[in-house]
Amino acid sequence: MSVAISFKDIVKKYGDTTVIPELSLDIKKGEFFTLLGPSGCGKTTLLRMVAGFNSIEGGALTFNEKVMNNVPPGKRNIGMVFQNYAIFPHMNVSENVAFGLQNRQVSKAEQQRRVSEMLDTVQISVYKDRMPKNLSGGQQQRVALARAIVINPDVLLMDEPLSNLDAKLRVDMRNAIKSIQREVGITTVYVTHDQEEAMAVSDRIAVMKSGVIQQIGTPRDIYQRPANLFVATFIGRTNVIEAELAAGANGEAEICLTKDYSLPIPKLQPLMGSKQPMKVKLSIRPEEFVLSEDGKGIAGKVMNYVFLGLNTHVIIKLENGEEVEMIQQSASNGVVEIGQNVRLAVVRETINVYDASGERNLNRGSGL
Amino acid sequence: MIGGKRRWDIWSLITFLIFAGYLIFLALPLFMLLIKSFFDGTTGDFSLAYFYKFFSKAYYMNAVWNSIKVTVSVTLLSIVVAGPLAYIMTIAKIKGSATVRILILISSMSAPFIGAYAWILLLGRSGVITKFVSNVFGVQMPDIYGFTGILLVLTLQLSPLIFMYVSGALKNVDNSLMEAAESMNCTGLKKMWKILVPLIMPTILAGGLLVFMRAFADFGTPMLIGEGFRTVPVLIFNEFISEVGGDNGFAAAISVIVVLFATAVFLLQKFVANRKSYSMSALNPIEPKKLKGIANVAAHAYVYLFTILAMMPQVYVAYTSFQKTSGKIFVDGYSLDSYRAAFSKVGDAIFNTFMMAGITIIIITLAAVLIAYVTVKRKGAVANLLDTFTMLPYIVPGSILGIALLVTFNKPPLVMSGTAVILIAAFVIRRLPYTIRSSAAVLHQVNDSIEEAAISLGTSTMRTFFKITVPMMISGVFAGAIISWISIITELSTSIILYTGNTRTMTVAVYTEVVRGNYGVAAALSTLLTVITVISLLLFFKLSGKKEVTM
Repeated sequence: MSVAISFKDIVKKYGDTTVIPELSLDIKKGEFFTLLGPSGCGKTTLLRMVAGFNSIEGGALTFNEKVMNNVPPGKRNIGMVFQNYAIFPHMNVSENVAFGLQNRQVSKAEQQRRVSEMLDTVQISVYKDRMPKNLSGGQQQRVALARAIVINPDVLLMDEPLSNLDAKLRVDMRNAIKSIQREVGITTVYVTHDQEEAMAVSDRIAVMKSGVIQQIGTPRDIYQRPANLFVATFIGRTNVIEAELAAGANGEAEICLTKDYSLPIPKLQPLMGSKQPMKVKLSIRPEEFVLSEDGKGIAGKVMNYVFLGLNTHVIIKLENGEEVEMIQQSASNGVVEIGQNVRLAVVRETINVYDASGERNLNRGSGL
Repeated sequence: MIGGKRRWDIWSLITFLIFAGYLIFLALPLFMLLIKSFFDGTTGDFSLAYFYKFFSKAYYMNAVWNSIKVTVSVTLLSIVVAGPLAYIMTIAKIKGSATVRILILISSMSAPFIGAYAWILLLGRSGVITKFVSNVFGVQMPDIYGFTGILLVLTLQLSPLIFMYVSGALKNVDNSLMEAAESMNCTGLKKMWKILVPLIMPTILAGGLLVFMRAFADFGTPMLIGEGFRTVPVLIFNEFISEVGGDNGFAAAISVIVVLFATAVFLLQKFVANRKSYSMSALNPIEPKKLKGIANVAAHAYVYLFTILAMMPQVYVAYTSFQKTSGKIFVDGYSLDSYRAAFSKVGDAIFNTFMMAGITIIIITLAAVLIAYVTVKRKGAVANLLDTFTMLPYIVPGSILGIALLVTFNKPPLVMSGTAVILIAAFVIRRLPYTIRSSAAVLHQVNDSIEEAAISLGTSTMRTFFKITVPMMISGVFAGAIISWISIITELSTSIILYTGNTRTMTVAVYTEVVRGNYGVAAALSTLLTVITVISLLLFFKLSGKKEVTM
């Protein structure tokens, strides 16, 4: 059944161009693991290496310690869901789902039993005799999923399976995928560029950029403690603000946002010996800004706001000319007007502090 | 769409006029053919004698049997040869594949009987290869005349159609389907048989039908290389020619049977293909990969061998056109004598061809624009009927349309036989579909709202059509017109029935020169045709930006 997948120093080259340089990664048995990143980051390439459709130019890919590099796709016992489903248009729903079983010496009766069981699981039994062209996108998606799982694969691979669906169906289907995966308990590798989708379905996420993994962690880790500025800006929305890090009066690390607004952040990694102030970048999510009640904070002016019911998005121009976004609970009392002068305070417990290059998170207890 | 009845406008008039044209030049002649076949030529009484004669004599049934044998064999062999060719060119990187595709296309665009006569020069009794083999190896080559020769010529000539159809279909097969099958351990031949073949089956059937109809209707090839192997078009031609001036009833009766048979095959194909058609669009098309080792060598050998065989007739004919001739035979040395002779002896045929094809193509272009618009944008019962009319020439063989036109227009009120008008009418009817289809394809891409926008801005219907719609569809119109043009100048089976001394075309001239054994002049004229075809194709590639042709 389910396997653990491990990449050891995997290299992928197209001709002389290296797309993935020495990547290592371990996916646990039964885990729902997502490869997330912008297009061209190598996530699909990595998935297709697991499937066996892409060659591996260096390193080892193992399923439960068994090296798979040169095993053809058909012998890997994988189930794959393609971006455009790849439902065979000349076969009806049952025939599509049964197709994989027919290549596996399963008796006719057993085939029928497993197909109808699987159609029940994905809730498309009523359509079992329909041809694919008479199915909606969501139904085709369920057929693709059923066809991939019915063969009891060791690994389930999904390549942007929801990108062709409309927004509402996408939410329904990702919940369905998650619950079916949990029910079957199969190791799943999922590729997407949609960070919200990744957070909704995954046990763990690897954020990739240019063939390199930037961070691996649970959705909560990745959102709250992004390893670098790329991850911070890619996952969710955030404001990046330059500031100075210095030692405060009592030796604690202190972030100086403006001349008269500083925040002590005790959890920061100790300054490396030097007492000199150092330039840093802050990632402050819109919900980490609040309207100051005691007059302390960064001065700014409300430029615009968008009322969205549950909350209100406010665009504020700071003194230095930069614009930042703040999200306010609509129910809270500080109602703003366009043109109003405000002071913004920062929720110092949750913000992230990076070195000037944005490569390293200075918050203690974070990092890879 | 606005509900309710569409009011009469300029388009209703245009539709009516096009309809009238089809009724006069297609429906009426076919109807006349039907009448002729059921009424005795001398007494004018209703009679089934012609049909009785046809079905009772072994001589005629033999021709039917021959035709079916040739047609079915050519169709199957073309699929067997060209299907794998298309598959190889899709999955494997072949060196010079762009050139190969163009060469295959060119080979399919020439008149088939030129292939027949070239293969006689190569493999006939005193053919170059035949002599070479018997002199060097002392081996007698198998006989090229009769069934074998027809099969060879027509297969080489028509399999490019299958190649183009299947290549087009394979382009729409998503590679994910192949990978999905592979991931479920369905690989190699099993994958092809269970996934690929069913998916492209409708295309194979459509291409097969086209090959079937062409092989069935072809007249020049069996006439030249058949040597007594009579097929139905040859039979019709002979019966018709020997009866000229008197009774055409028997030729008409055979024509009626042929049209019914062709219609039956057409409908059967439609029925089967419709039940099995899938709409596909490839998000990730199959990419050609570089094969390794023996597979790579075999793939290249297959592709190159086919291309060489397909191009051989035209290349060899072009070569002989520069050979010195003495009387009717080729002698050592090279000269342009054949070309001089061609221009002096049959200069009128060259002029006729350009004049008639030129006028035809102008009419076709105008008619195709209007018909495409009516059938695509003004759907309704009338438009559907018009669509069916435009499809008819696919089923009616050229020689039969020729006979039908001749029996209809050889007496008052409309006497046209012997004039260029009747040839032009035949060309328009037969070659219009290419331009209509190409124009309609472009028009399908044009959103209705674009016209609605123009009309909402106060532009009149006609002005919108000429200022907005026509410019948007013009590339498709021209591309189609070029294909129509090529198929007009290489047309033989209708011209051979309709021509008279004054309206002889180049293909007719080539055919008669070949029959007379005047190979030099025939070669010069054929080469000229090939050159025009190639130039036209290059123009087509430039205009359409594509490297393929839809038939």
